[in-house]
Amino acid sequence: MGRRPTKFDDLTAAVRFARALYEDLSFRYVSAWKHDHPGGKALGYLPIYIPREILHAAGMLPVGLFGGGDRVQVIRGDAFFQSYICHLPRTVIELALGKQFRAFDGFIFPSICDVIRNLSGVFRLTFKDKYILYLDFPQNFDPSVGAVFYRHELERLANDLERLGGTRITTRKLNRAISLYNENRHLLFSLTGLRADFPHKLSAVDFYLILRAGYALPVEDHNAFLSNVLSLLEAVDAEAEDKIRVVVTGAFCEQPPLGLIKTIENAGCYIVDDDFQLGLKWIQSDISDDTEDPVGALVNAYLRQSTFSSAVYENGHPKGEQLARLVKQRRADGVLFCVPSFCDPSLLDQPQLERALDQNHIKHFSFQYHENLGQFHVIKEQAGTFSDMIKLWE
Amino acid sequence: MGVQKENSMIKQKQMLAEHFMALSQVRETGKKVVYTFVPGNLTELIRAFDMLPVYPEINALQSGMRQRSRAYIREAEEMGYSEDVCSYVKCDIGMMLQGNIGPTGRQLPPPDLLLLSYTGCFVFMKWFENLKHLYPEAEIAMLHVPYQEAGRIDPAAVRYIENQLRTEVIPKLEKVSGNTFDRDKLAAAMDLSAQAEDLLLKVFDSARHKPSPIDAYFGGVYYVGPIFTAFRGTPECVEYYTELVREVDLRIKSRMGPITPDGELSPERYRLVIEGPPNWTHFRNFWKIFYDLGAVFVASSYTRVGGVYDDGFRHSAEDPLGSMAEYCLGCYTNLSLPQRVDLLENFITRYQADGFLVNSIKSCNSFSAGQLVMMRELEDRLEIPVGFIETDLVDPRYYSYSNIKNRLDSFFQMLEQRKSMNHRQVQPV
Ligand code: SF4
Ligand code: SF4
Repeated sequence: MGRRPTKFDDLTAAVRFARALYEDLSFRYVSAWKHDHPGGKALGYLPIYIPREILHAAGMLPVGLFGGGDRVQVIRGDAFFQSYICHLPRTVIELALGKQFRAFDGFIFPSICDVIRNLSGVFRLTFKDKYILYLDFPQNFDPSVGAVFYRHELERLANDLERLGGTRITTRKLNRAISLYNENRHLLFSLTGLRADFPHKLSAVDFYLILRAGYALPVEDHNAFLSNVLSLLEAVDAEAEDKIRVVVTGAFCEQPPLGLIKTIENAGCYIVDDDFQLGLKWIQSDISDDTEDPVGALVNAYLRQSTFSSAVYENGHPKGEQLARLVKQRRADGVLFCVPSFCDPSLLDQPQLERALDQNHIKHFSFQYHENLGQFHVIKEQAGTFSDMIKLWE
Repeated sequence: MGVQKENSMIKQKQMLAEHFMALSQVRETGKKVVYTFVPGNLTELIRAFDMLPVYPEINALQSGMRQRSRAYIREAEEMGYSEDVCSYVKCDIGMMLQGNIGPTGRQLPPPDLLLLSYTGCFVFMKWFENLKHLYPEAEIAMLHVPYQEAGRIDPAAVRYIENQLRTEVIPKLEKVSGNTFDRDKLAAAMDLSAQAEDLLLKVFDSARHKPSPIDAYFGGVYYVGPIFTAFRGTPECVEYYTELVREVDLRIKSRMGPITPDGELSPERYRLVIEGPPNWTHFRNFWKIFYDLGAVFVASSYTRVGGVYDDGFRHSAEDPLGSMAEYCLGCYTNLSLPQRVDLLENFITRYQADGFLVNSIKSCNSFSAGQLVMMRELEDRLEIPVGFIETDLVDPRYYSYSNIKNRLDSFFQMLEQRKSMNHRQVQPV
């Protein structure tokens, strides 16, 4: 595959490019990036969010890792994780043992659940020559408490990266990185807004792939790619179909197979918002990019500008209310809980989220999946019935 | 047949009865109630405010032992909780929905404060978020304990916890109890905690003897009862452990094995170390599989879930908040996987175990994720037989006697072969 996105003249070619990135489980683009950046380091990170700005300022390539989905056969992974643990860690380990991660110099494990946390330990025991970091995020949002701790975590990360990459992370470089990621979020929010308003102009799968490219490409390239896609979308002229509008939630970590996303849409549901790749939009507004203390800016952004998630303590802001607000903001007709099997954070949130939706008279239904699910007819039927019911009620 | 009662057991029973009695009388006494968790608990602090702690996990395990958990879990599942999540949470929520009748048959009072101080498991956070919605009147205080990711306690993490104690936990305890924080009272409790911790470690360490006078897993769950829950930092707790040490010493002198529900375990044939919590719904049946074969557990990771004292950690009167922070950080499931493996390796060598067994709990990712890798690592390092079984904590649907027995049969065959090999090696031909 090409190393960088060229300017595409049509949407199909752009999506083809994004799909090739998605399908490249040997991460050849990472090797290509390293070839183009002699001495440059690439770090893989697990869901959901890390402050990629720091990696960028260290001259590194951050790459989001979501396991192998339905594109990798699990052979050794099952010997690492029991059947009642979600699917993602077994394909992560399968890829790691299969040497598909050979271009990576290290891995970052954000603190979101016990599985990712223990997976960091599995990596420490199994891949002793790689840099491994478990990044703890504060669940206390008091600026004099949680902020102090998180700053320490980020400084630890920055020190490690300086050592690993041999590059100093300067204020200027960090501000520059913040500004690039601000731009990235602007573009992502524009695209998300556009798609929410005109979901018929871009299929859910294509939208997913375009966003997902953001986990693979350097931010400069993803920005160029998104601008390109946005201008191509202006020219798209498509008829809206008679579909309901849904928000999909629960799938922020282990990703559903593309077939599942397509099934939801084909069953009569336009996905007008989702948490499939929540990390890209974790920070909801601009971070100061001209400060003397860019680490402080990243800390504040995490504490004050981040979105809600099952992996974060609700801290007096019930998540159900936040979800209901999102539904209203997107003018959605209902919510689909699309939850990976055995995912504690998602599954344990679901009853209270459902209660909040009921109180707000928002319709919902739920199903579970795993990343290598191959059969979708039951989900298609359920989503279809849900869509029909909503149309009937309206 | 019941477990043969020793004085320490009778004492523990009395302590529990009094505690639950006090809980049932809060309406009259006006005492405030704090729901909190075992790992990383702040019992001394709660008691310093004259409040009474309730541990939902303990209620859940008691419900499992009393065969109530099936109905409670069903109730929670009907409410929308998935079959796939931690059964403790469902058991607790189901119990609450069915009237909140505690282990002694009396109704438990609702919480005045949900003290979300926990360590080593994200489910705790979700658990209390759910309880907050079920008890909207309760105040909630959160204490986030970072993970020991780099295999050691980071001073910044200690400061973070101390900070949270000062700015979040203590003010909420003051607000709910109406009492002001009394550092001296807390420090006095810390002294008592340290005494009990010394004594508990003495009990655990008695497993160096052959035969081992204790079973550090099935018996161990009784031994850790007072110190892991409502009594750490009290004089009764020290009295309990003093009595327990006396009993264990007596057994050492008489070269006796541990006491099981069917009497003394004798002769000791296999010495094992086990990783993972026990199953509670079939506790006796599960234990019997082992003691019938003369297998004794000389150490277990589960009995470190409410605190690891083997590395020398003790609560300290000199630095109450700092030592509470270190305590929270040091609980077993807050250790990184390499640390857990090292601790287990130490147990196996120190207590001269013949084999290592994993009891993998379906609903507990905090323990289960990574266990297979830990097991292989120990097998590589020590070349000892390893075994693997699967059960659940309180969901009886996941206890299959025949599956467990089949797996254990092969494990014990391996142990037997290893024993006869070792035996042959020392016999002159
Ligand atoms: S799918 Fe859920 S349980 Fe599994 S690693 Fe992701 S967040 Fe954790
Ligand atoms: S997942 Fe495990 S450690 Fe966490 S609450 Fe449940 S039983 Fe306890």
